[in-house]
Amino acid sequence: MNSVTSAPTPEPFDVVVIGAGVVGSAVARQLSGYRLRVGLVDARPDVGDVTSKANTAILHTGFDAKPGSLESRLVHDGYRLLGDYAAQVGIPVERTGALLVAWNSEQFEALPGLAAKAQANGYAETFQIDADEVYQREPRLGPGALGGLVVPGESIICPWTTTLAYATEAKARGAVLLLGRRVTGIEVGAELTTLATEAGPISTRWVVNAAGLGSDHLDQAFGYQRFTVTPRRGELFVFDKLTRPMVSEILLPVPSAKGKGVLISPTIYGNVMLGPTAEDLTDRTDTSTSAGGFAELLAKGATIMPELLAQEVTASYAGLRAATEHSDYVVDVDPAQRYLCLGGIRSTGLTSSMALAVHAAELLAGAGLELAEIPEAEMLAPPRMAWIGQVGTRPFADADKIAADPAYGEIVCFCERVTRGEIRDALASPIPPIDRGGLGRRTRATNGRCQGFFCGARVDELLNGGKADA
Amino acid sequence: MRELRKTQVAIIGGGPAGLTTATSLAGVADVLLLEREAELGGIPRHSNHWGYGWRDLRTVLTGPAYARRLAGKAAESGAHLLTSAMVTGWDERRLEVTTPTGLLTVEADAIVLATGARERPRAARRIPGDRPAGVYTTGELQNQVHLFGHRIGQRAVVVGSELVSWSAVLTLRHAGVKTVLMTSARPAAETYAAVALAGRVAFGVPVATHTTVTRVIGKGRVEGVEVLDHSTGQTRVVACDTVIFTADWIPDHELAAQLGLPLQPGSLAPLVDAALRTELPGVFAAGNLLHPVDTADNAALDGRQVAASVRGWLADQAAPAAGVRVEPTGPLLWVAPGLVRPGTPQPVRGRLVGWVSEYRRFPTVVARQDGKQIGSVRTPWPAAPGRIFRIPNAVLAEVNPAGSPVQLSLAG
Ligand SMILES: Cc1cc2nc3c(=O)[nH]c(=O)nc-3n(C[C@H](O)[C@H](O)[C@H](O)COP(=O)(O)OP(=O)(O)OC[C@H]3O[C@@H](n4cnc5c(N)ncnc54)[C@H](O)[C@@H]3O)c2cc1C
Ligand SMILES: Cc1cc2nc3c(=O)[nH]c(=O)nc-3n(C[C@H](O)[C@H](O)[C@H](O)COP(=O)(O)OP(=O)(O)OC[C@H]3O[C@@H](n4cnc5c(N)ncnc54)[C@H](O)[C@@H]3O)c2cc1C
Repeated sequence: MNSVTSAPTPEPFDVVVIGAGVVGSAVARQLSGYRLRVGLVDARPDVGDVTSKANTAILHTGFDAKPGSLESRLVHDGYRLLGDYAAQVGIPVERTGALLVAWNSEQFEALPGLAAKAQANGYAETFQIDADEVYQREPRLGPGALGGLVVPGESIICPWTTTLAYATEAKARGAVLLLGRRVTGIEVGAELTTLATEAGPISTRWVVNAAGLGSDHLDQAFGYQRFTVTPRRGELFVFDKLTRPMVSEILLPVPSAKGKGVLISPTIYGNVMLGPTAEDLTDRTDTSTSAGGFAELLAKGATIMPELLAQEVTASYAGLRAATEHSDYVVDVDPAQRYLCLGGIRSTGLTSSMALAVHAAELLAGAGLELAEIPEAEMLAPPRMAWIGQVGTRPFADADKIAADPAYGEIVCFCERVTRGEIRDALASPIPPIDRGGLGRRTRATNGRCQGFFCGARVDELLNGGKADA
Repeated sequence: MRELRKTQVAIIGGGPAGLTTATSLAGVADVLLLEREAELGGIPRHSNHWGYGWRDLRTVLTGPAYARRLAGKAAESGAHLLTSAMVTGWDERRLEVTTPTGLLTVEADAIVLATGARERPRAARRIPGDRPAGVYTTGELQNQVHLFGHRIGQRAVVVGSELVSWSAVLTLRHAGVKTVLMTSARPAAETYAAVALAGRVAFGVPVATHTTVTRVIGKGRVEGVEVLDHSTGQTRVVACDTVIFTADWIPDHELAAQLGLPLQPGSLAPLVDAALRTELPGVFAAGNLLHPVDTADNAALDGRQVAASVRGWLADQAAPAAGVRVEPTGPLLWVAPGLVRPGTPQPVRGRLVGWVSEYRRFPTVVARQDGKQIGSVRTPWPAAPGRIFRIPNAVLAEVNPAGSPVQLSLAG
């Protein structure tokens, strides 16, 4: 088990954040910047191991949010905050821009309205183009596009490094990571709240609920009946890196009532992605892909870029959005119970994460939690994250790095060019991976086109510290 | 800083094809072979069973023994062999190479691509379901078991019933894993009847034909697979903790694609003529990169063929004449070489190699060009899915090098 789990806990905590997804990790990072004892609890043995690892990885401008909503404001602010933070700590971001493509007259007529909506959301840079310009920008698009709306600011980002950076920085600032500990019960006392977990109780003054798909259940444990999470599954195909030159920007459909719809986007790792679908399920753990989902992706893809469908698929996966009956996030603080709910953070939580964290701190302060800032001079420098983006220099191509340490010249995962030095560093990092998936999210090892044909056994060996059995 | 290294011949890939090329050329040219693995030998290194080396060495060895033999011969030949050296990109005849001792740029007069082939993993076959541990290709399975001694599981389903699928069964048996089912999408197990029979008799492995795996089930670890029987339309769940996806080959063609070399649509292999020249002067290809997948000895024989062509190129550096493409149709999915150029030698063993989607007991291969039949040969062997179909080159004897593409099809 992860070594951080067994760290001595400075209980009672001032605040415990439940959920180490991108939202909870951002909140823990924010709160650990004050003189507070912060705990970050998750049922899973790794951070970002649920919805935050399985999304479309777009850093949204928020151009198409509902004007005036909390989501609109937080996505707008989060876009800038996360963009800046990414540059600071080394989270890969590519400013690709997006093109909304209108495939019928109804969609075409919706474009000016979308531009106006973007304006209302504080994003004024969109512009409309005609069909010729659409094909000039994206020659591989399927036939029949009538025109498009360009959203220059939409960007792609690495969701894995984002969550990991937040949690790493939180930990460096003294937050205690309690992984592999599902919260099963909550007892609010006069001064302290006790969280029941399989590994024993945790005692804290304040609780932040950032439990994603489980956020409504926790909310009910505090006595509320205000929302129900419906897991809305999104399935995606990741195409081979050889397809990356086919797509230069994010290709969005014109949104409908059902949501953003199936899109094609480049990934920060140099692939092209098709998805996600949107399907309401009942099982909150069902992240399987399905024959029906694949069929839908192929049908949608056939219009947008038929050529893409003939290409090799590297991976497929599904993520579950925490949809609710409300159209906005469910954010509310309860001073009496010293409880903050960040529930129903559905399809934009990656982008809004830092803004949500700032907002959370303000709400907690307003409700009576004392936030004493740590003076600048005492603050640690933010971490430098391992770079796993395709653009920029990775260790295998970095002559100086290899000269200083030959392990960066020893490629273990050939498809993704991951070196032994990077795997070693990940295993020795503050939040080490405990399985192949976790190592993949930190280094990309085994995530390439051969999916372990060449390197899987070696990677397992390195993960197990040289011991024979997995 | 990148170190610059010049050589007459750079060979990318140290499997049977690359090693044999190096051995054959070392006496006459300055040869540098680059292999990304720490050991030479390619796939046979971890294919720990008999069946290697008959056509090139006239002896039968196990995969690892064969790999050692070829590596030893290459080392004795005087070729420079660089392991843990991966070619990560290139620009014409300048290669970018990563090694633990630093970055290299290799400039060569001739380049031989011998990067081999691999099996498509589950995701590439677009099979939905959960994403548990315990899902492998044969390549990874053999790495896990034979090179690392890792434990696998207890009950395996093997997807596919080609030669390599039986190779997977052998490895599973060696690792103490019971193969509870082998599935084949085709009406009959496609491997040589004798192998299939021997496999069934020796291992008692049930083979379900006309069947595909439609879903992988299990959180954390594989718990089972859903299989669809196409003849009845019924699905059922087979309990297992391990799934091996075998065959369904794809060449390791990233470098070829990067340079924009034309590919054979059916195999995705770079297009070559019988001299194993690609469409780019000075760039050659050999082995399973061209024909995914043939036996190792045939890959090695490609190495000898390509060595002769490279010698010719080093002597005159003459750009080859334009070629005529050979276009497979019908049950023929791909053929190699797929380019007919005037003045080329006979292909390896006087035969084209191909891959078919349907079984034909006594096929006649027909070549047509510009609307008329220009050749036909009846082969004394069947065309069977899942293994190389060899086509006597005589079928292309009358190709007009100035004509339009040649259609190759099967009659009967
Ligand atoms: C298909 C898809 C595409 C998306 N695309 C984008 C996009 O392009 N851009 C964007 O900005 N957003 C996108 N999103 C949304 C984004 O991924 C989510 O909003 C975000 O990941 C939510 O983060 P979270 O921390 O709230 O939830 P999670 O990542 O699910 O984290 C919640 C954590 O709480 C833990 N937990 C739950 N219950 C308990 C308990 N009782 N005890 C302990 N721990 C518990 C879970 O284990 C989990 O780790 C997409 C989402 C999906 C599904
Ligand atoms: C499971 C299995 C069982 C088999 N059983 C048999 C059998 O019983 N008998 C038989 O005759 N054949 C068998 N074969 C087939 C045989 O292994 C192949 O035909 C043979 O290995 C092909 O040789 P090759 O040199 O073309 O390719 P490979 O052996 O695949 O070698 C290619 C080499 O190129 C290297 N390479 C690739 N890209 C780069 C790069 N960018 N930079 C540096 N190096 C690179 C690779 O690391 C590899 O070592 C089997 C194959 C498999 C997968």
